[in-house]
Amino acid sequence: MSLTQAEFSFVSTLVRREASIVLAPGKEYLVEARLIPVARAVGAANVNEFLADLQRKPNPANQRKIIDALTTNETSWFRDREPFAALTDVVIPELVKSRSAARKVRIWSAASSSGQEAYSLAMTLQENLPPGWSYEIMGTDISTEMVKRAETAEYSQVEVNRGLPASQLVQYFERAGAHWRVTQALRRNVSFRLLNLTTPLPAMQPFDVIFLRNVLIYFDVATKRTVLQNAAKLLKPDGWLFLGAAETTIGIDDNYERVAAGRTSAYRVRNGVAAGAPRRG
Amino acid sequence: MRAMVIDDSRAMRMILKRIVTKLNFEAVEAGDGKEALDLLTEMAEVPELALIDWNMPNMNGLEFVSHVRADPRLREMTLVMVTTESEQSQIVRALAAGAHEYVIKPFTEGAMIEKLALLGLVPTGANS
Repeated sequence: MSLTQAEFSFVSTLVRREASIVLAPGKEYLVEARLIPVARAVGAANVNEFLADLQRKPNPANQRKIIDALTTNETSWFRDREPFAALTDVVIPELVKSRSAARKVRIWSAASSSGQEAYSLAMTLQENLPPGWSYEIMGTDISTEMVKRAETAEYSQVEVNRGLPASQLVQYFERAGAHWRVTQALRRNVSFRLLNLTTPLPAMQPFDVIFLRNVLIYFDVATKRTVLQNAAKLLKPDGWLFLGAAETTIGIDDNYERVAAGRTSAYRVRNGVAAGAPRRG
Repeated sequence: MRAMVIDDSRAMRMILKRIVTKLNFEAVEAGDGKEALDLLTEMAEVPELALIDWNMPNMNGLEFVSHVRADPRLREMTLVMVTTESEQSQIVRALAAGAHEYVIKPFTEGAMIEKLALLGLVPTGANS
């Protein structure tokens, strides 16, 4: 039985309120497909029964499961490739000059999902920073399940086929039964935490680079602006922001400017002024 | 562009053929490494790509890769192992023998296209 309009409305209101994600009409099938395993896991006969129970008796844990199910996406290693090429060819060489005193680079993977982006960033830094440099990658996600999964750093055979060069598979992974686990040498530079990008962010050391890719597409304009302003507070004044190919700050937050980065584009805070602050002259 | 699909399973050859044909390759099939080498000897133009199973009768995939790498006429071929062999040491052996990439079965069409994209054989986003 497919979702009724009222059920879809209940789910979209919940996801909008808790995760600021807009589920436009037409996504009923997607919602149902994502919730079928959740309903089964809690012992409901079907999604309709699961939602009816939840509406009668609110249950934060089950609400959380809905958010998790609707905010997680399949991802691949070095997704879209160009941002990683830009990091190698443009950003890292610049950081090696500008951070020569600290010899440390910090990158934030701001919607880290199951961790492939964060570990891809770690591999990129591992291979391109000069000897004696260190790096930290922080991955954050709104889904507790995904944060746990990224921390375990284990991936199935099918997952390691997705965009990961074989040479890096053998260099940075080890077999863990039927799965592959990221090696400790890489994992020790990568951490994950739960974070909602749309709410005020906790204090953290600012980052040299932020990967905020394929996140803004889920939000309305006001929420996109909030997320971009939040990101700017954690971006060093000369840092780099990478968005998804279909995303931009233009028309949303003029405190950023788009700059060329290899064969793609990145964004930098205009005149080194934190986004959200009044613009200079 | 031409792609050679080398696998003793007819079903697997069909799957791989469908993928490479979608990417505008003209597909040539062989049931084992020996048959593939014989075909290559007869072909005027060397295929740009070979997708190679590991375990096959007559000549296995690893031996095929070694033969190709030893033949200057075939040096431009991009070699991708497509196999159920999934031990780390086997991947290392295949890469050391001269394979450019390694896809572990089972794989999805998207994963195969992503691997070929890594090798510059597919325009970015062709699988989206």
